[in-house]
Amino acid sequence: MNGSSYSSALTLAAGAVLVCAVAILWLASIRSVIRMVAAQGMALGLVAVVLGVHLHDAGLLAAAAVVIAMKGVVIPVLLGRASGGNSGSRESRPLVNVPASLVASAALIVLAFVTGRSVARFVGTTAGALVPIGIATLLIGFFVLVARRRPTFQIVGLLMVDNGIALTAFLCTAGFPFLIELGVSFDVLLGVVVLMVLSQRLRIEFGDVDLDELQELHD
Amino acid sequence: MVLVTILALPLLGGTAIAVGRGRRASAWVAVATNGATLVLGILTAVRVVKDGPISGAWGVLRADALSVFMVIVIGAISLLASWLGIRTMAREQELENGSSVRSSHYGMLVQAFVGFMLLAVLAANVGVLWVAVEATTIVTAFLVGYRRTRGSLEASWKYIVICSVGIALAFLGTVFVYLAALHAGGHSAQALDWTSLMAHAHRFNPSLMRFAFALIVLGYGTKVGLAPMHSWLPDAHSQAPAPVSALMSGVLLTVAFYAILRFKAVTDVALGPGFARTLLVVVALLSLALAASLLITQRDYKRMLAYHSIEHMGLIALGAAAGIRLAIAAVLLHILGHGLAKSVLFLTSGEIMAAEGTSQIDGVRTLLARRPALGGVFGVGLVALLGLPPFSLFTSELVMVRAEFEVGLGWAAVLAMVAMVVIFIAVVGHARHMLLGPPTSSHLPAPPPRWVATPLIGGLAVCGFIGVFAWPLSGLLEAAARVVAS
Repeated sequence: MNGSSYSSALTLAAGAVLVCAVAILWLASIRSVIRMVAAQGMALGLVAVVLGVHLHDAGLLAAAAVVIAMKGVVIPVLLGRASGGNSGSRESRPLVNVPASLVASAALIVLAFVTGRSVARFVGTTAGALVPIGIATLLIGFFVLVARRRPTFQIVGLLMVDNGIALTAFLCTAGFPFLIELGVSFDVLLGVVVLMVLSQRLRIEFGDVDLDELQELHD
Repeated sequence: MVLVTILALPLLGGTAIAVGRGRRASAWVAVATNGATLVLGILTAVRVVKDGPISGAWGVLRADALSVFMVIVIGAISLLASWLGIRTMAREQELENGSSVRSSHYGMLVQAFVGFMLLAVLAANVGVLWVAVEATTIVTAFLVGYRRTRGSLEASWKYIVICSVGIALAFLGTVFVYLAALHAGGHSAQALDWTSLMAHAHRFNPSLMRFAFALIVLGYGTKVGLAPMHSWLPDAHSQAPAPVSALMSGVLLTVAFYAILRFKAVTDVALGPGFARTLLVVVALLSLALAASLLITQRDYKRMLAYHSIEHMGLIALGAAAGIRLAIAAVLLHILGHGLAKSVLFLTSGEIMAAEGTSQIDGVRTLLARRPALGGVFGVGLVALLGLPPFSLFTSELVMVRAEFEVGLGWAAVLAMVAMVVIFIAVVGHARHMLLGPPTSSHLPAPPPRWVATPLIGGLAVCGFIGVFAWPLSGLLEAAARVVAS
C-alpha cells in the first residue's frame, strides 16, 4: 500500500467506527442497534487489518482476526439471541430523545478532538492523528450507557466504550502484545455473556423492565 | 515453579469441588488448598526477602516482596472465606432440596475468583494484571447475583456495568502508559513488564503520564470503591453471600489498590511525587467524608460494613499519597489488618443474618446476651475495625498519620481523623443497639458449632497478634515498601 491509499483506508475505517456510534444514538429498535454494533466491530477489525498490512505485522493481523470474529460476529449473534424473545422491542422512552442525543454526540466529538489533540501530536503518525476518533467513540458509548434504559442498550453502550478504547489502542501503539490482546478480548466476551445472562434473569424476575425501575437498593 | 504452584492451588480446589459435586468433603479440600496457598505464600516470602524477586512461567509471573505480601493476604482471607463457605453451601443445598448443583457452582466460582486475584498480584506484566482484575469482575458478578432475588440481581447488574466501565478506563490508562513506554525505547513485548517500566520511567513523556495515571486512579479506583466511583460497593457487598462479601471487601478492593500502587511508583519516577499525591489525597478525603456521612444514618448492618470499607480504602489511599517507605509499610499492614477484621465481620454477619433472619440493625437486639459467641465476635471485630488497640489497625493508622505529618500532609491527616471520630461514634451507636441489653427470654439458642467459631476467632486473634508483635512481618513489610515507595 502506498502512503496516500494507506492513510485514506485508515481514515475511512476509523471514521466508520464513529459513524456507527452516532447511528446507534439514532436507532431505537434493538435489532438494528445490534446490527450496527456488529458493523462497528467489523470496522474496528478493518482498522487493525489496514495497520497490520501497512506495518507488515503478523501479530496485528491475528489480533484483527480475533476482533472481527468476536466483536463482529460472536458477540452480536449472542446478543441477538439473548434478546430474541423480544427482538422487535424498542427503546420507547429514552432519558434523552434522539435529536438531543445527536446534538450531544456532536458536542462529545468536539470535546474528543480538543482533548485528543495532545495525544495525537505526541504519537505523531498518520494513525496517531486519528486518535480523537477513538476517544469520541468512547465518549458516545458513555452517553449511551447513561441515556438509554433498556438492558440491551446498556450492553451495547459498554461494547462501544470498549471499541473506542480498542480503536485508541490500535491507533496509538499498533495494538498490544498479542497475548494480552487475546486476554482482553476474552474478558470482553465473558463480560457480555454474564450481562446477557443477568438481563435474562432480570426479565424473569421483574418482567420487561427499564433499568431505572430497579430501585430495591438505596440508602 | 513455586509461583505456578501457587496459581495451581485454587484450580485444584475448584476441580475437587467439581469432581465432588459440591459435597462437604470436596469443600474441605478447597479449604485445604487455600490454606496451602497461605503457607506457600509465607515460605515464598521468606525466600524473596532473603534472595530477592523470583520469576516463573517464562517470565509471565514475577514475585517481589510486594506480590508475596499480597499472596499472603489473599491466602489468609480465602482460607477464612472458604471455611465459612461450607456453611453457605450447606444452606444452599437445603434450599435446593438436597441438590448440590448450585452449591458446587458457587464453590467453583469462589475458587476461580481466588485464582484470578492471585494471578493479578503475581503477573509480571501490567497488561496481564489488567486482564486478571477484569476477570475477577466477571466471576464475582455471578456470585453477587447468586441468590437471584430482586435486590441481588440489581446489585450485580450495577456492579458489573459500573466496574466494567471503570476497568475500561484503567485499560485506556494502561494503553497510554504503553505508548509512553514505547516512545521511551521499550521493546514492544516487554514494555509493560514492571521491571522494564521502572527502568525506563524517567524518560516517559510527563503530560502523557499525567493523563494515564489519572485514568488509572479513576479506573482501578472504581474497583477499590473510592468515592466518587463507589456507588456499586454498598449494594454488591450487602447482597452477596457472606463469604463472597468477605473476599470482596477483604481482598478484592485491595488487589485493585495494589494495581494503583504499582502505577503510582512508575508515575512518581516519571513526574515526581506531587501529581500522584494530589490525586490520591482528593479521592481519599472524598471517600472518608462520604463514608462518615452515610454511616450515621445506616439501617442495614451489612451496608454499614460496606461503607466502613470505603472509609478504610480512603485511609489506605491517604497513606499511599504520603508515599514514603514508612507510609507504604503502614498501608500494607493496614491492608492485612483490615482484610482480616473485615472478612471476619462479614462472615459473622452472615451467621447473624441466617440466625436472626434480617439484615436490619433495628431487627437485631441484645445479641450479646442471646448469642454470646456471635455477638462477641461481632463486637470484638468492630473494636478491631475502629482502630482500637491491641489490633494491628491501631498500629497502622498511627504510623500512617505520622508519615503523613512527615511529608506535609498533616492537614489531610487531621481531616481524616475528624471523619474517623464521626464514624467511630456512628458505628458504636449502631453496635450498641445490636449487641447490648438484657435478654428478652431465658431460652438461649444453640451457639454456632466449634468449627464455625474457630476461624472467626482465629482471624481476630491473628489481627491482634500482629498488632502487638509486628516482628514476624517487619522484614517483609520493609522489603515490600521499598518496591513502590518514592
